[in-house]
Amino acid sequence: MAAATEHEVHHPALQHHFDDMEQQRTAGALGMWVFLVTEVMFFGGMFFAYTLYRRAYPDAFASASNHLDLTLGAVNTVVLICSSLTMAMAVYSTQVGKRQLQIFFLILTIVLGGTFLGIKAVEYKDKYDSHLIPGELIPGHKFGPEIAEPGKPHDEHALVLLNGASVKNVEIFFWIYFAMTGMHAVHMIIGIGIMLVILYSSVKGRYGPAYYNPVEITGLYWHFVDIIWIFLFPLLYLLGRHMEHLG
Amino acid sequence: MSAHIVPIRVYLTIFLILMVGTILTVFAAKADFPGPLNAVVAMTIAVFKATAVVLYFMHVRYSQRLIWLIVGSALFWLVILFALTFSDYSTRGWLPPLGS
Repeated sequence: MAAATEHEVHHPALQHHFDDMEQQRTAGALGMWVFLVTEVMFFGGMFFAYTLYRRAYPDAFASASNHLDLTLGAVNTVVLICSSLTMAMAVYSTQVGKRQLQIFFLILTIVLGGTFLGIKAVEYKDKYDSHLIPGELIPGHKFGPEIAEPGKPHDEHALVLLNGASVKNVEIFFWIYFAMTGMHAVHMIIGIGIMLVILYSSVKGRYGPAYYNPVEITGLYWHFVDIIWIFLFPLLYLLGRHMEHLG
Repeated sequence: MSAHIVPIRVYLTIFLILMVGTILTVFAAKADFPGPLNAVVAMTIAVFKATAVVLYFMHVRYSQRLIWLIVGSALFWLVILFALTFSDYSTRGWLPPLGS
């Protein structure tokens, strides 16, 4: 095709430095993937810190982990997997040109993301009430959980220490817990922000089968955040459950 | 290479796999396996779930070689991060400080 005619038919969203829409799309996806590699390294450092201290203080980590709310953690895992499905469906709907569905699935993904953050907030509140916020992150509210006495009945706020684990090492777990879930939550908030922008453009009718890269790469980012949680859930919530009967 | 539209059927299958994986990992965590096997089982399920997300939800299975290379590089650098840093931490104390 001659350059002149190509110019006449090109998509309004095609930037002048790309040859065609396909090149623009793959370049966008590639850029997001490179960014995700840096994200893997960013979270990788925290996963390493987790591994190192869990290896050093396994009983303290198990004790602290057992204190987390397994039900809320599991529900949040399900919520996030559902949001990944709705995000994938939003991309699909855009690719096949169903704009109403595309908007519907984007809204659904945003709602599910919000649900996750809401449940997370409930969990954080519980940690606050149990004095499990490490150090003195909240001024005047020092780390100092109530310790359950071995063999005696205790309320749910009390921390059960397995095999004589030390409270100081339990505190290390909570530093890592808040750093990792906190950074994960920040990523979700950013993701929801991006989706709101994408939603606005969707409503304006800017995306369709010929131009869907923004929706696609938002999806890549969202699925990545889901993957981080896929690892966080067993590492933070499940690691000591097989020792629960010892407490 | 033109864009590949992943059928809904595939998305739903992956969704089901992720759900089953989640249920499985919770039950496996409550069982008391010998030694460090609990952690191994949990991580195996997590890696399996993550792979499913990367390949299908993130379309890597249908993407160009270049994307595969980028994904591989993420794993490569992550292995370096873990292997080299651990080689430091786990060998501390092997030798006495020089001059002591």
